[in-house]
Amino acid sequence: MSATPSTIMTNSPVLQVNNLQVSYYTDAGRARALDGVDLTLTAGEKLGLVGESGSGKSTMALAMMRMIKPPGRIEGGQVLVDGTDLMTLSDEAMLQARLSEIAYIPQGAMNSLNPVIRIGAQMMDAIKAHQDQSTSDWISAAEMEKRCKQALESVDLKSDVFKMYAHELSGGMKQRVCIAISILLRPKVIIADEPTSALDVVTQRQVMETIDRVQEQIGAAVILIGHDMGLMAQFVDKVAVMYAGRLMELSKVRDMFTDPKHPYAQALIRSLPSLENKGVFNGIPGMAPALLQLPGGCAFHPRCSHVMEVCKTQRPQPVTLPGGQILECHLYSEKA
Amino acid sequence: MSDLLELKNVTKTYSRGLLSRVSTTALNNVSLKLESDQPTIMTVAGESGSGKTTMAMLLLGFIPPTSGQILYQGKDIQSLRGEERMMYRREVQAVFQDPFAVFNPFYTVDHLLSVPIDRFKLAKSKSEARDKMVEALTAVGLRPGDVLGRFPHQLSGGQRQRINVARALILRPKLLVADEPVSMVDASLRANILETLRGLQKNYGVSIIYITHDLTTAYHIANSIIVLYRGAVMEAGEVDAVIKSPQHPYTRLLIDSIPWPDINRRWGETEIKAKEMEISEAGVGCRFSSRCPFVMEKCKQEPPLFQLMKHQAASCYLHEKHPTIEPEKLSDLLPV
Repeated sequence: MSATPSTIMTNSPVLQVNNLQVSYYTDAGRARALDGVDLTLTAGEKLGLVGESGSGKSTMALAMMRMIKPPGRIEGGQVLVDGTDLMTLSDEAMLQARLSEIAYIPQGAMNSLNPVIRIGAQMMDAIKAHQDQSTSDWISAAEMEKRCKQALESVDLKSDVFKMYAHELSGGMKQRVCIAISILLRPKVIIADEPTSALDVVTQRQVMETIDRVQEQIGAAVILIGHDMGLMAQFVDKVAVMYAGRLMELSKVRDMFTDPKHPYAQALIRSLPSLENKGVFNGIPGMAPALLQLPGGCAFHPRCSHVMEVCKTQRPQPVTLPGGQILECHLYSEKA
Repeated sequence: MSDLLELKNVTKTYSRGLLSRVSTTALNNVSLKLESDQPTIMTVAGESGSGKTTMAMLLLGFIPPTSGQILYQGKDIQSLRGEERMMYRREVQAVFQDPFAVFNPFYTVDHLLSVPIDRFKLAKSKSEARDKMVEALTAVGLRPGDVLGRFPHQLSGGQRQRINVARALILRPKLLVADEPVSMVDASLRANILETLRGLQKNYGVSIIYITHDLTTAYHIANSIIVLYRGAVMEAGEVDAVIKSPQHPYTRLLIDSIPWPDINRRWGETEIKAKEMEISEAGVGCRFSSRCPFVMEKCKQEPPLFQLMKHQAASCYLHEKHPTIEPEKLSDLLPV
C-alpha cells in the first residue's frame, strides 16, 4: 500500500489534481477560494473532503468539473482524469467528458430534476447528449430505455420510476434517481457534494449504501464532500481536511480518526460527539477566516493552539509522513 | 406545582382534496407536560414526516389542533386573548432551522434585536435597550462589538443562529421551541450552539423543546426524549436509556443508522427492511409494522404504551408483558 501509485501501472491514478487554484474576483478584492490543492485517487477509491463552510470544498468540485462561474476563475493547475487534462479540453470536449468521464452529484441534487418531464426522459437526455454521431455504436431508443431502467434498478428503484414525475417520489428516491443518472455512462470519477444533507438518518444510510454498491460495480473513484465526520468514518477510505482553500491533512480514514496529525484536524475530531463523553462540547474556538483577508503564513495560525513564530509568516509546504499522511503544517516540516 | 405547558390528547390531521377528502394524520393523540418550576430539555425526535415540525407549529400556536387541547399555564392557547396572548407570545419563543432564511437582509442585527424590545416595551430608553442587547449577545457567547451594526450576510451561520437564540433570550422566555437549530450549521459550530442552549436552561431557567432528527445531538443535550414515527409515539423516556438501549424496533433502526464518527462502530447491523416504495400510506395498527422485522399478526391493532422501566416506555407488542401506561401519563415517567 505504501508504494506510490504513479509508479505501478496496475494501480495508476484515475484522478490527479495538481496545484489547482481558483479565485473569485469581487468588488472587495480577490478571494482565493482554492490555493494550490493536490490530490490523487486510484480507481475504486473513496475520498472524503471535509471542511467548514467556505473552506473551498464545493469550489473544488466545481473546478474539477470546470463549472466555476464568473466572478470566479480557475487560475492554474491540472485535473487529470485517466491521463487527460480536463483544463486543456475544448468546451465541446469538456461537455462530452462531463458525465461520461467525471460525474457530479450536486448538493440538493434532488431539486435539480425537472418537475414537468418524466424521470425517464431526463435520463435518456443524458445518454442522447453523449451520443457520438460519427461512430457506429449508435444506441437505439429501446436500448437506451433498457439501460436507464437497469440504472434505476441498480440504485434500488423499481423500473416504474422511469415513467414517473419527480413529485411522485420522496426525497431519498429523487436522490437515488440523481445517482442513477450519474452512473449512466459509467464515469471514472464521481463527485458527490453532500448527497444526503437533506435526508434523515435511515434514508441517508440507504443512499450511501447505494452509492457504495454502484461505485463498486463500475469501479469508479468517488469524492464525497461534506462536513459530517460520522458519514466519513462509515464510508470513505481516505479523508482530506480543507481549510481556507488549502489541504491541511490527507490521511487514511483510520489514521484520521485515531491519530490526526494537523492541529486543525485534531480539533475537528475532538469536537465530534460520541456516546462516551455525554454533555462535553469541544467547539473549535475562533472563526473561519474571510477569504478576502487571509492571515499570512499558515491560514489556521490565529486559531491554532501550537502556533509558532514561523507559522505567522511562512506558509508550510506539504510533507508526507512515513505513515502516508500528507500534511501542511510547520510542526511536521522538519520531521519528514 | 403548576404546569407550564400541557398537551392533552392532541391530534392534528391535514386534509387535502376538495371532493374526496384524503387526510393525513400528522400527530396522533399525543399528550405531554412540562412543569414550570423544573426547567428541562426535552427532545422530540423522528425522521421527516414523523410530525415533529407539526408539533412545533402547534406549540407555537401557528396552527390549531384538530382535536385535543394545548394548555399554557392552564389556559387553552387557542382561547388566549389580549394581555394573556401577548404574555404567551412573549414567553414561548422559537428558534428555527434555517439561520439564513429568517433574517431580513436589509436590516442590521440591531434592528432584529430591537424589534422585540420595542414591541413588548422592555426598555425605557435607547441605552437600556442597548444594554439588553449586549447582555443577551454576551449570554450566547458572542462579542457584541463583532455583530452589532452588521448585516446578516456579514455573519456566519453559527453566529446567526446564536443571534436568534439571543433574540429569544431578550424576551426572558419560559419555553423555547428549537426546531432543528443546528442541522444547517457546520459540525464544528454545532457544539457552540448546543452549549448555548444548555446554558440557557441552566442559567436562565428556560425549558427547551428540542426538535431534531439527529439523535447524537439529542443525546448530548436533552434529559428526556420522545421518538415519533408518522405522528405516533414509538418510544419515550430518559435520553440515556433510550439511546443506549433502545427497545422499539424503530428506535433501534434509527440508532443503528446514525453514522457515528467512530471507526470501530460500523453502522448497518440491522437491515433496513422495507424500502420507501413499499410503505403503504394509510394503514391500521402499528404505524411501523410495514417496515418492522418483528411484525406479528397482533400489530394490526395499535399497540398501547408499555412501561419498561421507571423512565422508559415503548409502544410495541414485543414488550406486552410489561404493564401498559395511559398516553396521558407518559410525561410522568420522563425525567426532568
